[in-house]
Amino acid sequence: MFAPTSLNARNRRTQKLVKLLFLLMTLLLVLPVLMILGVLVARGGPMLSVEFLLTQPTKGMTAGGIFPALIGTVWLVAVALLVSVPVGVAAAVYLSEYAPENWLTRTINLAIINLAGVPSIVHALFGVGAFVLFFGFGTSILAASLTLAIMTLPVVIVATREALQAVPKAFREACWNMGATRWQTIRRVVLPNSISGILTGIILEVSRTAGETAPIMFTGAAFFLPFLPQSVFDQTMAMSLHLFVISTQVPGVPEGLPYGVALVLVLMVLAMNALSIGFRMWLRGRKKW
Amino acid sequence: MVAAEPAVKIAVRDLTIRYGARAVLEGVSLEVRAKEVFGIIGPANSGKTSFLRALNRMDSFAPSMKVEGQILFNGRDVRAWRNLYSLRRRIGVVFPLPVGLPLTIYDNVALAPRLAGVRKKEDLDVIVERCLMRAALWDEVKDRLDSLGSLLSGGQQQRLTIARALSQEPELLLLDEFSIAVDPVTTMRIEDVLKDLKNEITIIMVTNLVQQARRLADRMAFFLGGECVEVGEKEDLFAGKVKDPRTTAYMEGRFG
Repeated sequence: MFAPTSLNARNRRTQKLVKLLFLLMTLLLVLPVLMILGVLVARGGPMLSVEFLLTQPTKGMTAGGIFPALIGTVWLVAVALLVSVPVGVAAAVYLSEYAPENWLTRTINLAIINLAGVPSIVHALFGVGAFVLFFGFGTSILAASLTLAIMTLPVVIVATREALQAVPKAFREACWNMGATRWQTIRRVVLPNSISGILTGIILEVSRTAGETAPIMFTGAAFFLPFLPQSVFDQTMAMSLHLFVISTQVPGVPEGLPYGVALVLVLMVLAMNALSIGFRMWLRGRKKW
Repeated sequence: MVAAEPAVKIAVRDLTIRYGARAVLEGVSLEVRAKEVFGIIGPANSGKTSFLRALNRMDSFAPSMKVEGQILFNGRDVRAWRNLYSLRRRIGVVFPLPVGLPLTIYDNVALAPRLAGVRKKEDLDVIVERCLMRAALWDEVKDRLDSLGSLLSGGQQQRLTIARALSQEPELLLLDEFSIAVDPVTTMRIEDVLKDLKNEITIIMVTNLVQQARRLADRMAFFLGGECVEVGEKEDLFAGKVKDPRTTAYMEGRFG
């Protein structure tokens, strides 16, 4: 219709340039992930075997498998979730659905953001003070998991709150106008339609919990234990700490071993993330509005 | 319903509504009689919607909305009502944009009865069929009651919203520009439904369409800039018997 002007052409050139720039930045983001995975697979891959996963470390942790650490990480994550999910989801429901808009709510929201910003080593010291000493749990799975739970609570709360907020306000008002109470509205309309976001948040929390080292170092994870934990009051080995220990504290560890441990840990976390992505896609397929 | 229903369903005295410091409605007094269709017309920003929202205490959803004055529902001040849920159960509300809840069509209509404690499947079946029938939606959805209400077309969702409002068995139905997102054919079907309903319940209807008020209303109010300029019988207003000449000017489309 109109002949292209020089201005038009310039706009198009700028547009192409900007797009290219953004694409480059995105690729830059992918690069470290690929490099980490590449190195781990190349050096740690040969270590992987069923035996590696299912046997004890031997010869002062310079040989053998990682079974106690693997099981220990599962324990730590499970107990941490048992605490942080109910507390976090309930808190998020309160903040999103009940809390009045006032200084107290604003303070609580600020506290959550700050909690997320506290370095993990500080959480570790808090865990020693509160759970190991004050509550007398000793260095145990319970103390370590509680520390992890406190540390990851903001993840659960923020993810849940955002999932709840994504449910349109009109749905709530329609329910309230029918005489539904807040709780009836939450149970019948809000929660069923935000469950995918909440579960995604929880799975992200799992992967974060599994990888943390500092918070469990002083509260419940052990250097080396020849047996598996029998209850939450036992100490346990953990993947993350085991990796730290064999990389820095033990002489004579063969070069491939730490890479093997790291690879298993990363694969655990990636599997969790893949699960979360798959789940989200499945739920998006049945999105209801 | 109760045998001795009061002749005045809603009595509003000196109603003022503010959002923060800004008054959107000032000093409105009017009465709505039982089982009439009361039309409220007026240009945008005249306070019509805020008026409706105050009637069933929707101000409690919006902290900045402040209501002063008196609203008597069956002679009882809605702000003295301790159990807001039972107040809202008696008042059905339909908004300009349809809200199909992300539940099945059946569950959309069965929600209010379930909240009120109806548990038996047979009872719910009867209520769902009757309400969808009255909202002129039954024939279109009777074979797919378990598909999602939020996936219906706009006009169907609006009729679903009306069916849901009726499932509360309300004494009072508040309609806020219900036809704004609905095609003309569906609008006429819904209007027919309302004509059938008006012998049973009281209806307050906010509308931008003067002709729609003419078709449905018994009495009418004209709101302008937060003020209730005129209240009267529909025939009188359309015959030009008005207190304020602005009413006629608006109805004839000379401003607005």
